[in-house]
Amino acid sequence: MARAVTTQRKTLNTIIAWVIGLVIFFPILWIIILSFKSEGDAIRPPLEVLTSSWTFDSYAVVQERSDYFKHFVNSVTLSVGSTLLGLIIAVPAAWAMAFVPSKSTRNILMWMLSTKMLPAVGVLYPIYLLFIRLGLLDSRIGLVVVLMLINLPIIIWMLYTYFKEIPGEILEAARMDGATLREEILYVLTPMAIPGMASTVLLNIILAWNEAFWTLNLTAAKAAPLTAFIASYSSPEGLFYAKLSAASTMAIAPILIMGWFSQKQLVRGLTFGAVK
Amino acid sequence: MGQIQLNQVSKSFGPVEVIPPLDLTIEDGEFVVFVGPSGCGKSTLLRLIAGLEDVSGGHVLIDGRDATEIVPAKRGLAMVFQSYALYPHMSVRKNIAFPLRMAGLDKAEQDKRVTQAAEVLNLTDYLERRPGQLSGGQRQRVAIGRAIVREPAAFLFDEPLSNLDAALRVGMRLEISELHKRLKTTMIYVTHDQVEAMTMADKIVVLQAGVIEQVGSPLELYQRPRNTFVAGFIGSPKMNLIRGAEAAKHDADTIGIRPEHIGISSTEGTWKGTVGVSEHLGSDTFFHVQCNASPEPLTVRATGEMALSYGSEVYLTPRQEHLHRFDAKGLRLE
Repeated sequence: MARAVTTQRKTLNTIIAWVIGLVIFFPILWIIILSFKSEGDAIRPPLEVLTSSWTFDSYAVVQERSDYFKHFVNSVTLSVGSTLLGLIIAVPAAWAMAFVPSKSTRNILMWMLSTKMLPAVGVLYPIYLLFIRLGLLDSRIGLVVVLMLINLPIIIWMLYTYFKEIPGEILEAARMDGATLREEILYVLTPMAIPGMASTVLLNIILAWNEAFWTLNLTAAKAAPLTAFIASYSSPEGLFYAKLSAASTMAIAPILIMGWFSQKQLVRGLTFGAVK
Repeated sequence: MGQIQLNQVSKSFGPVEVIPPLDLTIEDGEFVVFVGPSGCGKSTLLRLIAGLEDVSGGHVLIDGRDATEIVPAKRGLAMVFQSYALYPHMSVRKNIAFPLRMAGLDKAEQDKRVTQAAEVLNLTDYLERRPGQLSGGQRQRVAIGRAIVREPAAFLFDEPLSNLDAALRVGMRLEISELHKRLKTTMIYVTHDQVEAMTMADKIVVLQAGVIEQVGSPLELYQRPRNTFVAGFIGSPKMNLIRGAEAAKHDADTIGIRPEHIGISSTEGTWKGTVGVSEHLGSDTFFHVQCNASPEPLTVRATGEMALSYGSEVYLTPRQEHLHRFDAKGLRLE
């Protein structure tokens, strides 16, 4: 029997959903609007902001004053690098936990997740000191490792959930069909896990791209990604909203576009296992 | 060749012994069915033969060769799973060819064998489809195709028909039986459905709690059950088991009589009773009769035309030559 949901009710739900969506998106929308205003207009009351004239000035200034491309390359290197490095460690780890679980598998998984609850600042000193000693301060290598480590629990968890969904009987069938462990992983498991691995990669690139605590604290000029690029516009001489907004828009644009095109994959990845 | 021998094979999961040491020989070309209630260890036994579980003790011999330490891939056995376990990302053709590809056969030989198997199983039109685009019956046929292409020493079936609807199940049952007649390869078939066991098997192995209760042909088991468990498990509807005074008259702790071996009459007979629920199958009618001989209602089989109303009085007469007698331990008395 179909549920009795009236058209009226559906319309109402749609409106509520749109309102919530807009509220969530509003700060980003406002940043984008402000980035096309002059500094003077940007600090006026909201209605006057909307009616004032539009300009590309802020973008021009930001371009002139700092090297966007260098920060962009750093962001790409850090997010892609840390994700790939994470996969290399997480795939075997998740495989082992999903298919050859031991008594402590559950505990290890929970422990890994619990590290995400530790305030990052709590380990800032030790890591900062380590970075100084090892000469890793303001290096991309060092940050790739740190970003990989903070996201590793999420990568392992996501892959673990994905692998868990693959029925054990299919792997047993492969074994009965004469496949060696290598062939079983190569021809049966990996192709079946590719959608899951793709969403894991996407989500982790986004997380690493947006990460600001470590990237701000452990970099200066050489390895600074786009988060540092944004931060450089919140200067002690006062906030310049228009320029800050222009910098922010430039920093989030690539990941926003990537997210837009891969949203189907992302949603599927995040809800996988919840809905059969 | 496909003779399989189990010598004192046992299996424990931690401290729990699911299969105490048992011996069993399956001859080459035999169709053997492992049957028993859920949790009786029949699937575990099959997995021990397949090598998907390690034995805790004893030896598995395939064609006289000790296979206990051999990995599943090298045992030369093929298995059909309850869930079909097809590779969802591969076409039907690739699914069936997979074992051949793993065996390193060249492409032409692979194609030849896949085509042959597809013809046998009526899958020719579906070779380029993915498993997700097939019905349950077709998927099961693909799983069987994947098993037959490699010409294994024996086929292992783990409840292959449980996921199919009733009508399809009867059809597939026949197909598998026919396949066995044609290939003459050893088949070991696990099911909890005693009808499947009776209709398909050359030899039935009845299991309960990991212990073999009886091994024999379907009719042997039906006509001469070794104990009350087998008596009650094999046959549908179940054999009527009667304890107490009525059994004592026959010098037994329990007597058993099958529904078709009880005469029913409205005028005269040994036991007087009242008719409860009747089940009309068309060809037969089963009456559940409450009578003084037993606290439990007795099931009686009569012709399809016979009609007795609920609560009416009847007389039942067991045919003495078909009476089964069991002792206090439930073992058959001769």
